[in-house]
Amino acid sequence: MTAETMTMTTAEAAIHPLWVRVCHWINAVAILVMIGSGWQIYDASPLFRFEFPRAIALGNWLGGALLWHFAAMWVLVVNGLVYLTLGFATGRFRRKLLPIYPSQVFVDAKAALTFNLAHDDLSRYNAVQKLLYTGVILCGALIVLSGLAIWKPVQFQELTALFGGYDVARYVHFFAMSAIVGFLMVHVVLALLVPKSLRAMIAGR
Amino acid sequence: MRQPKIIPGVDPKLLIKDAARLMPDASRRGFLRGAASLGALAFLTGCDIIDGDTAEGVLRKVSAFNDGAQAALFSRTKLAPEFPESAITRPFPFNAYYDEDEAPEVDGKSYKLEVAGLVDNKKPWTLDELHALPEVSQVTRHVCVEGWSAIGSWQGTPLSEFLKRIGADTRAKYVWFKCAEGYTNTIDMPTALHPQTQMSFKFDHKILPRAYGFPMKIRIPTKLGFKNPKYVVAMEVTNTDKGGYWENQGYNWFSGL
Repeated sequence: MTAETMTMTTAEAAIHPLWVRVCHWINAVAILVMIGSGWQIYDASPLFRFEFPRAIALGNWLGGALLWHFAAMWVLVVNGLVYLTLGFATGRFRRKLLPIYPSQVFVDAKAALTFNLAHDDLSRYNAVQKLLYTGVILCGALIVLSGLAIWKPVQFQELTALFGGYDVARYVHFFAMSAIVGFLMVHVVLALLVPKSLRAMIAGR
Repeated sequence: MRQPKIIPGVDPKLLIKDAARLMPDASRRGFLRGAASLGALAFLTGCDIIDGDTAEGVLRKVSAFNDGAQAALFSRTKLAPEFPESAITRPFPFNAYYDEDEAPEVDGKSYKLEVAGLVDNKKPWTLDELHALPEVSQVTRHVCVEGWSAIGSWQGTPLSEFLKRIGADTRAKYVWFKCAEGYTNTIDMPTALHPQTQMSFKFDHKILPRAYGFPMKIRIPTKLGFKNPKYVVAMEVTNTDKGGYWENQGYNWFSGL
Protein backbone atom coordinates (compact mmCIF):
# COMPACT_ATOMS: atom_id res chain seq x y z
CA MET A 1 0.00 0.00 0.00
CA THR A 2 1.46 3.34 -1.02
CA ALA A 3 1.58 6.34 1.26
CA GLU A 4 -0.98 8.03 -0.92
CA THR A 5 -3.62 5.28 -0.66
CA MET A 6 -2.96 5.04 3.07
CA THR A 7 -3.68 8.72 3.44
CA MET A 8 -6.80 8.26 1.39
CA THR A 9 -7.94 5.37 3.56
CA THR A 10 -7.34 7.41 6.69
CA ALA A 11 -9.15 10.37 5.25
CA GLU A 12 -12.09 8.24 4.19
CA ALA A 13 -12.29 6.69 7.62
CA ALA A 14 -12.99 10.17 8.92
CA ILE A 15 -16.69 9.74 8.07
CA HIS A 16 -17.57 6.30 6.68
CA PRO A 17 -14.93 3.64 6.07
CA LEU A 18 -15.29 1.60 2.90
CA TRP A 19 -16.76 -1.45 4.65
CA VAL A 20 -19.57 0.66 6.10
CA ARG A 21 -20.47 2.08 2.69
CA VAL A 22 -20.33 -1.31 0.95
CA CYS A 23 -22.45 -2.93 3.67
CA HIS A 24 -24.86 0.00 3.63
CA TRP A 25 -25.65 -0.21 -0.08
CA ILE A 26 -25.79 -4.00 -0.23
CA ASN A 27 -28.17 -3.82 2.71
CA ALA A 28 -30.22 -1.11 1.01
CA VAL A 29 -30.87 -3.32 -2.03
CA ALA A 30 -31.45 -6.47 0.05
CA ILE A 31 -33.88 -4.76 2.42
CA LEU A 32 -35.89 -3.24 -0.45
CA VAL A 33 -36.21 -6.64 -2.08
CA MET A 34 -37.18 -8.18 1.26
CA ILE A 35 -39.80 -5.48 1.91
CA GLY A 36 -41.26 -5.56 -1.62
CA SER A 37 -41.50 -9.35 -1.74
CA GLY A 38 -42.67 -9.42 1.89
CA TRP A 39 -45.62 -7.20 0.96
CA GLN A 40 -46.61 -9.62 -1.80
CA ILE A 41 -46.34 -12.54 0.64
CA TYR A 42 -48.43 -10.60 3.18
CA ASP A 43 -51.16 -10.14 0.56
CA ALA A 44 -51.57 -13.93 0.27
CA SER A 45 -52.92 -13.97 3.83
CA PRO A 46 -53.26 -10.42 5.22
CA LEU A 47 -52.96 -9.92 8.97
CA PHE A 48 -55.02 -6.74 8.83
CA ARG A 49 -57.82 -5.31 6.75
CA PHE A 50 -55.59 -3.96 4.04
CA GLU A 51 -53.39 -5.25 1.26
CA PHE A 52 -50.32 -3.78 -0.34
CA PRO A 53 -50.95 -2.56 -3.90
CA ARG A 54 -49.57 -4.96 -6.47
CA ALA A 55 -47.72 -2.14 -8.19
CA ILE A 56 -45.34 -1.71 -5.26
CA ALA A 57 -45.10 -5.39 -4.33
CA LEU A 58 -42.39 -7.59 -5.78
CA GLY A 59 -42.69 -11.01 -7.37
CA ASN A 60 -45.99 -10.85 -9.29
CA TRP A 61 -47.55 -13.71 -7.29
CA LEU A 62 -46.91 -15.53 -4.02
CA GLY A 63 -44.54 -18.06 -5.58
CA GLY A 64 -42.45 -15.37 -7.26
CA ALA A 65 -42.36 -13.28 -4.09
CA LEU A 66 -41.19 -16.25 -2.04
CA LEU A 67 -38.37 -16.89 -4.52
CA TRP A 68 -37.23 -13.28 -4.14
CA HIS A 69 -37.66 -13.29 -0.36
CA PHE A 70 -35.67 -16.47 0.23
CA ALA A 71 -32.92 -15.37 -2.17
CA ALA A 72 -32.46 -11.84 -0.78
CA MET A 73 -32.57 -13.39 2.69
CA TRP A 74 -29.05 -14.75 2.20
CA VAL A 75 -27.72 -11.38 1.05
CA LEU A 76 -29.37 -9.60 3.96
CA VAL A 77 -28.12 -12.06 6.58
CA VAL A 78 -24.57 -12.55 5.30
CA ASN A 79 -24.10 -8.81 4.76
CA GLY A 80 -25.72 -8.08 8.14
CA LEU A 81 -23.38 -10.48 9.92
CA VAL A 82 -20.33 -8.91 8.26
CA TYR A 83 -21.61 -5.46 9.28
CA LEU A 84 -22.31 -6.47 12.88
CA THR A 85 -18.99 -8.27 13.23
CA LEU A 86 -16.99 -5.32 11.92
CA GLY A 87 -19.17 -2.85 13.83
CA PHE A 88 -18.32 -4.53 17.11
CA ALA A 89 -14.74 -5.55 16.25
CA THR A 90 -13.65 -2.10 15.11
CA GLY A 91 -15.40 -0.41 18.01
CA ARG A 92 -17.44 1.68 15.57
CA PHE A 93 -20.77 0.90 17.24
CA ARG A 94 -19.42 1.85 20.65
CA ARG A 95 -17.75 5.02 19.34
CA LYS A 96 -20.54 6.23 17.08
CA LEU A 97 -23.75 5.02 18.69
CA LEU A 98 -23.07 5.17 22.42
CA PRO A 99 -23.90 6.59 24.86
CA ILE A 100 -27.48 7.68 24.14
CA TYR A 101 -28.86 10.14 26.71
CA PRO A 102 -32.65 10.54 26.69
CA SER A 103 -32.36 14.23 27.59
CA GLN A 104 -30.06 14.79 24.60
CA VAL A 105 -32.44 12.84 22.34
CA PHE A 106 -35.20 15.24 23.43
CA VAL A 107 -33.09 18.36 22.80
CA ASP A 108 -31.86 17.11 19.40
CA ALA A 109 -35.30 15.94 18.32
CA LYS A 110 -36.71 19.39 19.09
CA ALA A 111 -33.87 21.03 17.19
CA ALA A 112 -34.40 18.68 14.23
CA LEU A 113 -38.13 19.34 14.07
CA THR A 114 -37.53 23.09 14.03
CA PHE A 115 -34.77 22.69 11.41
CA ASN A 116 -32.19 23.99 13.89
CA LEU A 117 -30.06 20.85 14.06
CA ALA A 118 -26.49 21.46 12.94
CA HIS A 119 -24.78 19.00 10.61
CA ASP A 120 -21.30 20.54 10.66
CA ASP A 121 -19.53 17.35 11.62
CA LEU A 122 -21.00 14.34 9.82
CA SER A 123 -18.59 11.99 11.59
CA ARG A 124 -20.43 12.57 14.86
CA TYR A 125 -24.01 11.42 15.21
CA ASN A 126 -26.49 13.51 17.15
CA ALA A 127 -28.59 11.80 19.82
CA VAL A 128 -31.58 11.27 17.51
CA GLN A 129 -29.36 9.62 14.92
CA LYS A 130 -27.78 7.41 17.58
CA LEU A 131 -31.20 6.33 18.78
CA LEU A 132 -32.58 5.69 15.29
CA TYR A 133 -29.49 3.85 14.02
CA THR A 134 -29.31 1.69 17.12
CA GLY A 135 -33.05 1.09 16.91
CA VAL A 136 -32.98 0.04 13.27
CA ILE A 137 -30.06 -2.33 13.88
CA LEU A 138 -32.09 -3.95 16.66
CA CYS A 139 -35.14 -4.09 14.35
CA GLY A 140 -32.92 -5.76 11.76
CA ALA A 141 -31.96 -8.43 14.27
CA LEU A 142 -35.61 -8.81 15.30
CA ILE A 143 -36.89 -9.16 11.75
CA VAL A 144 -34.30 -11.83 10.92
CA LEU A 145 -35.02 -13.78 14.11
CA SER A 146 -38.81 -13.57 13.72
CA GLY A 147 -38.38 -14.52 10.06
CA LEU A 148 -36.44 -17.63 11.07
CA ALA A 149 -39.16 -18.42 13.61
CA ILE A 150 -41.82 -18.31 10.86
CA TRP A 151 -39.72 -20.12 8.28
CA LYS A 152 -38.69 -23.00 10.55
CA PRO A 153 -41.30 -23.40 13.32
CA VAL A 154 -40.30 -27.07 13.68
CA GLN A 155 -36.50 -27.09 13.30
CA PHE A 156 -36.20 -23.77 15.23
CA GLN A 157 -39.24 -24.37 17.43
CA GLU A 158 -37.45 -23.05 20.53
CA LEU A 159 -37.00 -19.72 18.78
CA THR A 160 -40.63 -19.76 17.61
CA ALA A 161 -41.74 -20.47 21.19
CA LEU A 162 -39.62 -17.55 22.38
CA PHE A 163 -41.74 -15.26 20.19
CA GLY A 164 -44.90 -16.72 21.68
CA GLY A 165 -45.62 -19.15 18.86
CA TYR A 166 -45.93 -19.14 15.08
CA ASP A 167 -48.88 -16.75 14.82
CA VAL A 168 -47.36 -14.17 17.17
CA ALA A 169 -44.03 -14.36 15.33
CA ARG A 170 -45.87 -13.36 12.13
CA TYR A 171 -47.08 -10.18 13.82
CA VAL A 172 -43.59 -9.47 15.22
CA HIS A 173 -42.18 -9.90 11.71
CA PHE A 174 -44.80 -7.50 10.34
CA PHE A 175 -44.25 -4.82 13.00
CA ALA A 176 -40.46 -5.04 12.64
CA MET A 177 -40.99 -4.43 8.89
CA SER A 178 -43.26 -1.48 9.70
CA ALA A 179 -40.63 0.02 11.98
CA ILE A 180 -37.93 -0.41 9.33
CA VAL A 181 -40.15 1.17 6.66
CA GLY A 182 -40.86 4.05 9.04
CA PHE A 183 -37.14 4.47 9.64
CA LEU A 184 -36.46 4.33 5.90
CA MET A 185 -38.89 7.13 5.13
CA VAL A 186 -37.31 9.44 7.73
CA HIS A 187 -33.83 8.28 6.73
CA VAL A 188 -34.29 8.96 3.01
CA VAL A 189 -35.99 12.33 3.55
CA LEU A 190 -33.20 13.48 5.87
CA ALA A 191 -30.49 12.21 3.52
CA LEU A 192 -32.06 14.28 0.75
CA LEU A 193 -32.38 17.32 3.01
CA VAL A 194 -28.70 17.03 3.95
CA PRO A 195 -27.17 15.91 0.62
CA LYS A 196 -23.62 15.90 1.96
CA SER A 197 -24.62 13.00 4.21
CA LEU A 198 -25.65 11.05 1.09
CA ARG A 199 -22.35 11.97 -0.56
CA ALA A 200 -20.50 10.75 2.52
CA MET A 201 -22.22 7.37 2.28
CA ILE A 202 -21.23 7.08 -1.38
CA ALA A 203 -17.81 8.72 -1.60
CA GLY A 204 -16.83 8.34 2.02
CA ARG A 205 -16.59 12.04 2.78
CA MET B 1 -33.86 -3.84 -25.18
CA ARG B 2 -33.24 -0.83 -23.10
CA GLN B 3 -36.02 0.49 -20.97
CA PRO B 4 -35.43 3.71 -19.08
CA LYS B 5 -36.54 4.26 -15.51
CA ILE B 6 -40.16 3.54 -14.78
CA ILE B 7 -42.27 6.60 -15.43
CA PRO B 8 -44.34 7.62 -12.42
CA GLY B 9 -47.99 6.76 -12.92
CA VAL B 10 -47.22 4.00 -15.40
CA ASP B 11 -47.92 0.49 -14.15
CA PRO B 12 -44.64 -1.42 -14.57
CA LYS B 13 -46.59 -4.66 -14.96
CA LEU B 14 -48.47 -3.27 -17.95
CA LEU B 15 -45.14 -2.32 -19.46
CA ILE B 16 -43.98 -5.87 -19.01
CA LYS B 17 -47.17 -7.20 -20.56
CA ASP B 18 -46.56 -5.02 -23.61
CA ALA B 19 -43.04 -6.35 -23.84
CA ALA B 20 -44.26 -9.91 -23.38
CA ARG B 21 -46.52 -9.65 -26.44
CA LEU B 22 -43.35 -9.59 -28.49
CA MET B 23 -42.24 -12.88 -26.99
CA PRO B 24 -43.02 -16.31 -28.46
CA ASP B 25 -45.82 -18.10 -26.62
CA ALA B 26 -43.69 -20.79 -25.05
CA SER B 27 -41.53 -18.40 -23.08
CA ARG B 28 -44.20 -15.82 -22.34
CA ARG B 29 -45.38 -17.23 -19.07
CA GLY B 30 -41.98 -17.54 -17.50
CA PHE B 31 -40.94 -14.18 -18.87
CA LEU B 32 -44.03 -12.56 -17.45
CA ARG B 33 -43.41 -13.91 -14.01
CA GLY B 34 -39.69 -13.26 -13.84
CA ALA B 35 -39.74 -9.96 -15.65
CA ALA B 36 -42.61 -8.53 -13.67
CA SER B 37 -40.59 -9.35 -10.58
CA LEU B 38 -37.59 -7.68 -12.06
CA GLY B 39 -39.81 -4.81 -13.13
CA ALA B 40 -40.82 -4.23 -9.57
CA LEU B 41 -37.17 -4.36 -8.54
CA ALA B 42 -36.37 -1.88 -11.28
CA PHE B 43 -39.11 0.28 -9.87
CA LEU B 44 -37.28 0.25 -6.55
CA THR B 45 -33.73 0.64 -7.74
CA GLY B 46 -34.02 2.41 -11.07
CA CYS B 47 -32.31 -0.49 -12.85
CA ASP B 48 -33.13 -1.39 -16.42
CA ILE B 49 -35.69 -4.00 -17.26
CA ILE B 50 -33.75 -6.64 -19.12
CA ASP B 51 -33.90 -10.35 -19.58
CA GLY B 52 -36.50 -11.61 -17.11
CA ASP B 53 -35.64 -15.21 -17.93
CA THR B 54 -32.20 -14.74 -16.43
CA ALA B 55 -33.66 -13.32 -13.23
CA GLU B 56 -36.09 -16.21 -12.93
CA GLY B 57 -33.34 -18.71 -13.69
CA VAL B 58 -31.14 -17.28 -10.95
CA LEU B 59 -34.03 -17.27 -8.47
CA ARG B 60 -34.82 -20.90 -9.23
CA LYS B 61 -31.16 -21.82 -8.71
CA VAL B 62 -31.21 -20.12 -5.32
CA SER B 63 -34.43 -22.00 -4.53
CA ALA B 64 -32.66 -25.28 -5.37
CA PHE B 65 -29.79 -24.21 -3.11
CA ASN B 66 -32.40 -23.55 -0.40
CA ASP B 67 -33.69 -27.12 -0.86
CA GLY B 68 -30.21 -28.34 0.06
CA ALA B 69 -29.93 -25.95 2.99
CA GLN B 70 -33.29 -27.10 4.34
CA ALA B 71 -32.46 -30.78 3.87
CA ALA B 72 -29.30 -30.14 5.91
CA LEU B 73 -31.34 -28.37 8.60
CA PHE B 74 -33.93 -31.14 8.71
CA SER B 75 -33.66 -33.36 11.75
CA ARG B 76 -34.89 -36.95 11.40
CA THR B 77 -35.72 -37.05 15.10
CA LYS B 78 -36.91 -33.54 15.96
CA LEU B 79 -40.67 -33.61 16.34
CA ALA B 80 -43.12 -30.91 15.38
CA PRO B 81 -44.72 -29.45 18.52
CA GLU B 82 -47.91 -31.24 19.61
CA PHE B 83 -50.89 -29.44 21.06
CA PRO B 84 -53.77 -30.38 23.35
CA GLU B 85 -57.08 -31.27 21.67
CA SER B 86 -58.52 -28.03 23.03
CA ALA B 87 -56.15 -26.10 20.74
CA ILE B 88 -57.67 -27.56 17.55
CA THR B 89 -58.86 -24.86 15.14
CA ARG B 90 -62.61 -25.22 14.64
CA PRO B 91 -63.78 -25.27 11.99
CA PHE B 92 -60.52 -26.45 10.46
CA PRO B 93 -60.21 -24.63 7.12
CA PHE B 94 -60.73 -26.33 3.78
CA ASN B 95 -57.94 -25.32 1.45
CA ALA B 96 -57.14 -26.16 -2.16
CA TYR B 97 -56.68 -24.53 -5.54
CA TYR B 98 -60.35 -25.27 -6.26
CA ASP B 99 -63.61 -24.69 -4.37
CA GLU B 100 -64.87 -27.11 -1.78
CA ASP B 101 -67.72 -28.33 -3.99
CA GLU B 102 -65.17 -29.15 -6.69
CA ALA B 103 -63.17 -31.40 -4.35
CA PRO B 104 -62.84 -34.98 -5.58
CA GLU B 105 -65.42 -37.49 -4.40
CA VAL B 106 -63.64 -40.80 -4.00
CA ASP B 107 -65.71 -43.98 -3.67
CA GLY B 108 -64.33 -45.74 -0.59
CA LYS B 109 -65.70 -49.14 -1.61
CA SER B 110 -63.89 -49.33 -4.93
CA TYR B 111 -60.87 -47.31 -3.75
CA LYS B 112 -57.47 -48.93 -4.06
CA LEU B 113 -54.17 -47.33 -3.19
CA GLU B 114 -51.72 -48.11 -5.99
CA VAL B 115 -48.14 -48.76 -4.91
CA ALA B 116 -45.32 -48.54 -7.43
CA GLY B 117 -41.59 -48.12 -7.88
CA LEU B 118 -38.81 -49.49 -5.71
CA VAL B 119 -40.98 -51.72 -3.49
CA ASP B 120 -41.15 -55.52 -3.05
CA ASN B 121 -44.93 -55.79 -2.94
CA LYS B 122 -46.93 -53.76 -5.44
CA LYS B 123 -50.32 -55.17 -4.45
CA PRO B 124 -52.89 -52.36 -4.30
CA TRP B 125 -54.44 -51.67 -0.89
CA THR B 126 -58.16 -51.49 -0.19
CA LEU B 127 -59.45 -48.99 2.33
CA ASP B 128 -60.35 -51.79 4.78
CA GLU B 129 -56.78 -53.09 4.61
CA LEU B 130 -55.41 -49.58 5.19
CA HIS B 131 -57.77 -48.98 8.13
CA ALA B 132 -56.51 -52.18 9.72
CA LEU B 133 -52.97 -50.77 9.98
CA PRO B 134 -51.74 -49.64 13.43
CA GLU B 135 -53.13 -46.22 14.33
CA VAL B 136 -51.22 -43.26 15.74
CA SER B 137 -52.55 -39.79 16.47
CA GLN B 138 -51.17 -36.27 16.31
CA VAL B 139 -52.40 -32.75 17.06
CA THR B 140 -50.09 -30.50 15.09
CA ARG B 141 -49.97 -27.16 13.35
CA HIS B 142 -50.71 -27.02 9.64
CA VAL B 143 -48.76 -24.08 8.17
CA CYS B 144 -49.88 -22.82 4.78
CA VAL B 145 -47.43 -21.35 2.26
CA GLU B 146 -49.72 -18.30 2.33
CA GLY B 147 -48.78 -17.67 5.94
CA TRP B 148 -51.88 -18.68 7.89
CA SER B 149 -51.85 -21.68 10.15
CA ALA B 150 -54.38 -23.95 11.85
CA ILE B 151 -54.10 -26.73 14.40
CA GLY B 152 -55.63 -30.06 13.45
CA SER B 153 -55.89 -33.60 14.73
CA TRP B 154 -55.01 -36.51 12.46
CA GLN B 155 -55.08 -40.26 12.94
CA GLY B 156 -53.55 -42.89 10.73
CA THR B 157 -50.48 -45.03 10.30
CA PRO B 158 -46.88 -43.79 10.13
CA LEU B 159 -45.75 -43.70 6.50
CA SER B 160 -42.45 -45.29 7.60
CA GLU B 161 -44.43 -48.27 8.92
CA PHE B 162 -46.29 -48.63 5.65
CA LEU B 163 -43.08 -48.33 3.61
CA LYS B 164 -41.61 -51.12 5.72
CA ARG B 165 -44.66 -53.34 5.10
CA ILE B 166 -44.49 -52.95 1.34
CA GLY B 167 -40.75 -53.59 1.35
CA ALA B 168 -39.80 -50.16 0.07
CA ASP B 169 -36.17 -49.45 -0.69
CA THR B 170 -35.71 -46.63 1.80
CA ARG B 171 -32.34 -45.81 0.24
CA ALA B 172 -34.34 -44.32 -2.63
CA LYS B 173 -34.41 -40.54 -2.72
CA TYR B 174 -38.10 -39.74 -3.06
CA VAL B 175 -41.67 -40.77 -2.51
CA TRP B 176 -44.11 -39.47 -5.11
CA PHE B 177 -47.85 -39.14 -4.52
CA LYS B 178 -50.70 -38.85 -6.98
CA CYS B 179 -54.14 -37.64 -6.00
CA ALA B 180 -57.64 -38.29 -7.33
CA GLU B 181 -57.93 -34.86 -8.96
CA GLY B 182 -54.49 -35.08 -10.56
CA TYR B 183 -52.55 -33.19 -7.89
CA THR B 184 -49.04 -34.54 -7.45
CA ASN B 185 -46.33 -34.17 -4.86
CA THR B 186 -42.80 -35.48 -4.30
CA ILE B 187 -41.15 -35.61 -0.89
CA ASP B 188 -37.64 -36.54 0.21
CA MET B 189 -37.08 -39.94 1.82
CA PRO B 190 -35.84 -38.56 5.20
CA THR B 191 -39.16 -36.72 5.55
CA ALA B 192 -41.10 -39.81 4.43
CA LEU B 193 -39.41 -41.75 7.24
CA HIS B 194 -39.93 -39.01 9.88
CA PRO B 195 -41.87 -40.44 12.84
CA GLN B 196 -44.71 -37.92 12.47
CA THR B 197 -45.20 -38.36 8.72
CA GLN B 198 -48.57 -40.07 8.61
CA MET B 199 -50.95 -41.72 6.18
CA SER B 200 -54.04 -40.13 7.69
CA PHE B 201 -57.47 -41.73 7.45
CA LYS B 202 -59.16 -39.68 10.16
CA PHE B 203 -59.48 -36.07 11.20
CA ASP B 204 -60.34 -35.47 14.82
CA HIS B 205 -60.96 -39.24 15.31
CA LYS B 206 -63.60 -39.35 12.57
CA ILE B 207 -63.13 -40.75 9.05
CA LEU B 208 -61.72 -37.95 6.89
CA PRO B 209 -64.53 -35.90 5.42
CA ARG B 210 -64.31 -35.12 1.71
CA ALA B 211 -63.07 -31.60 2.45
CA TYR B 212 -60.04 -32.88 4.33
CA GLY B 213 -58.97 -35.48 1.78
CA PHE B 214 -61.07 -38.68 1.96
CA PRO B 215 -59.99 -41.39 1.85
CA MET B 216 -56.32 -40.63 2.59
CA LYS B 217 -54.16 -37.61 3.25
CA ILE B 218 -50.41 -37.61 3.77
CA ARG B 219 -49.95 -35.53 6.90
CA ILE B 220 -46.44 -34.08 7.18
CA PRO B 221 -46.17 -31.64 10.09
CA THR B 222 -42.58 -30.83 9.10
CA LYS B 223 -43.65 -29.42 5.73
CA LEU B 224 -45.87 -26.63 4.42
CA GLY B 225 -49.50 -27.52 3.77
CA PHE B 226 -49.20 -27.92 0.00
CA LYS B 227 -46.70 -30.74 0.62
CA ASN B 228 -49.46 -32.62 2.49
CA PRO B 229 -51.42 -34.22 -0.40
CA LYS B 230 -55.08 -35.16 0.02
CA TYR B 231 -57.22 -37.71 -1.91
CA VAL B 232 -54.06 -39.79 -2.44
CA VAL B 233 -54.65 -42.67 -4.85
CA ALA B 234 -51.11 -43.75 -5.72
CA MET B 235 -47.58 -43.59 -4.39
CA GLU B 236 -44.24 -44.42 -5.92
CA VAL B 237 -40.86 -44.93 -4.32
CA THR B 238 -38.36 -43.52 -6.79
CA ASN B 239 -34.97 -42.00 -7.41
CA THR B 240 -36.43 -39.59 -9.95
CA ASP B 241 -37.79 -36.27 -8.76
CA LYS B 242 -41.15 -36.09 -10.48
CA GLY B 243 -41.90 -32.65 -9.05
CA GLY B 244 -45.36 -31.59 -8.03
CA TYR B 245 -48.32 -29.38 -8.88
CA TRP B 246 -47.13 -26.27 -7.05
CA GLU B 247 -43.41 -26.99 -7.06
CA ASN B 248 -43.46 -26.98 -10.86
CA GLN B 249 -44.95 -23.47 -10.76
CA GLY B 250 -42.26 -22.09 -8.53
CA TYR B 251 -43.01 -22.91 -4.91
CA ASN B 252 -39.91 -24.11 -3.12
CA TRP B 253 -39.49 -27.87 -3.53
CA PHE B 254 -38.41 -28.80 -0.01
CA SER B 255 -40.71 -26.38 1.82
CA GLY B 256 -39.71 -27.71 5.23
CA LEU B 257 -40.83 -26.19 8.49
